[in-house]
Amino acid sequence: MKTVEEIKAAIEAAVPGAGVQVVMNPGPSAQHSLLLEPSRAVEIATFLRDDSELALDFLSNVTGVDYLAREIAEKVKVTRQVAKVVDGVEQMVDETVEETRKHTQTGYLETVYHLFSVEKKHGPVVLRMRTKNRTDEVELPSLTPIWRSAEFQEREVFDLYGIVFKGHPDLRRLLMWDAFKDHPMRRDYVEPDDFEYEPTAHDEVLLRAKEHKAALEASGATSQEGTGAAL
Amino acid sequence: MAVEEGLKIELGKQGVFVTTIEELYNWGRRSSVWPMQFGLACCAIEMIATTMARYDLARFGAEVFRPSPRQADLMIISGTVTKKMAPQVVRLYNQMAEPKYVIAMGACAISGGPFKQGYNVLKGIDRYIPVDVHIPGCPPRPEALLQAFMTLQKKIDGQHLTGEGRPRHLDAEAQGEFPVPEQGEHDLEPTSNPGVWPLPVVIR
Repeated sequence: MKTVEEIKAAIEAAVPGAGVQVVMNPGPSAQHSLLLEPSRAVEIATFLRDDSELALDFLSNVTGVDYLAREIAEKVKVTRQVAKVVDGVEQMVDETVEETRKHTQTGYLETVYHLFSVEKKHGPVVLRMRTKNRTDEVELPSLTPIWRSAEFQEREVFDLYGIVFKGHPDLRRLLMWDAFKDHPMRRDYVEPDDFEYEPTAHDEVLLRAKEHKAALEASGATSQEGTGAAL
Repeated sequence: MAVEEGLKIELGKQGVFVTTIEELYNWGRRSSVWPMQFGLACCAIEMIATTMARYDLARFGAEVFRPSPRQADLMIISGTVTKKMAPQVVRLYNQMAEPKYVIAMGACAISGGPFKQGYNVLKGIDRYIPVDVHIPGCPPRPEALLQAFMTLQKKIDGQHLTGEGRPRHLDAEAQGEFPVPEQGEHDLEPTSNPGVWPLPVVIR
């Protein structure tokens, strides 16, 4: 099979201005992936499926990833002019100093598609797409029109991560009920506090059960315990 | 018991059969408990195995699995009850005619099991409907289901037709319908039915 760089070149030849980036995987699997520009993704996907050499006719897996906003600290070399006394004369001299600069990278949601070719017996080719942020601009193009097998998996990603797939024929929640508002696989998801009865609590559950009890006492509510049979 | 046990056996030896209405009635009830044909997860496979020739639930008069709650006496909660499924389980239970019984089969049905800390799994069906027999196990073996079934038969046998603790269908005051939880924005609402499931005391 072609390497990611070759696939990238093939895409750029077929879809001008595709803006594909390669995301390297430094691990031993070396499964590098292609980061697609969402606005061109449908064209690129159509090419990947229909190209006689790649013939990626089978979409095996769609999943989501949640990246929170994070602060990145970078060390930058800065050259600036400093007044210094050289040979008894005051002069302006260039000096290079190392500075730490911090900037916040906005969080984003990502979908990952794993493609194989049944015809050519090769794969996987990994595609990624990223949303602009995690709150309001969470739209990505749906690849269901190209690979039908994406339908339920994109619904699952919509359900659990809240990525809205434009062009999906039937975008409803798949696992949770329709009235449910949260997206449970997001990293800032808060579980319902139902730790009122934990007879064999340990580790994190014990912590949560204690928190639940403390919150209950702090709110002034009387303990609900007492009427049931002792275990 | 109107007739002493010893006297009854003695009379039996002489060819005289003595019984009470209560005994006869309960014998009839316990010998034809028809379960509902209804499975939720992997425990259902064990439940199916229990009905087949090797374990043969038919020996206990429970071989007729009814696909309608209207004709069923027993609900075997066989598997994980997700929060999405819980309202439907309670609704099916409400649709069953009295007298009705519930066996919670397996770790998931009694407590949530390995999925207990999941956001999507109910921590035991006994939070919404009264459960008569709990079976632990993941999944319980068919023998365990048979044991639970025999326990239920003993319970039915021991029910008096009058007085406190009589079966619900003979008690005009008894509550026969249980509120179906709503699927809320974050969790089921309410998260339990305190009338059925008062918060148990944890003793350490």
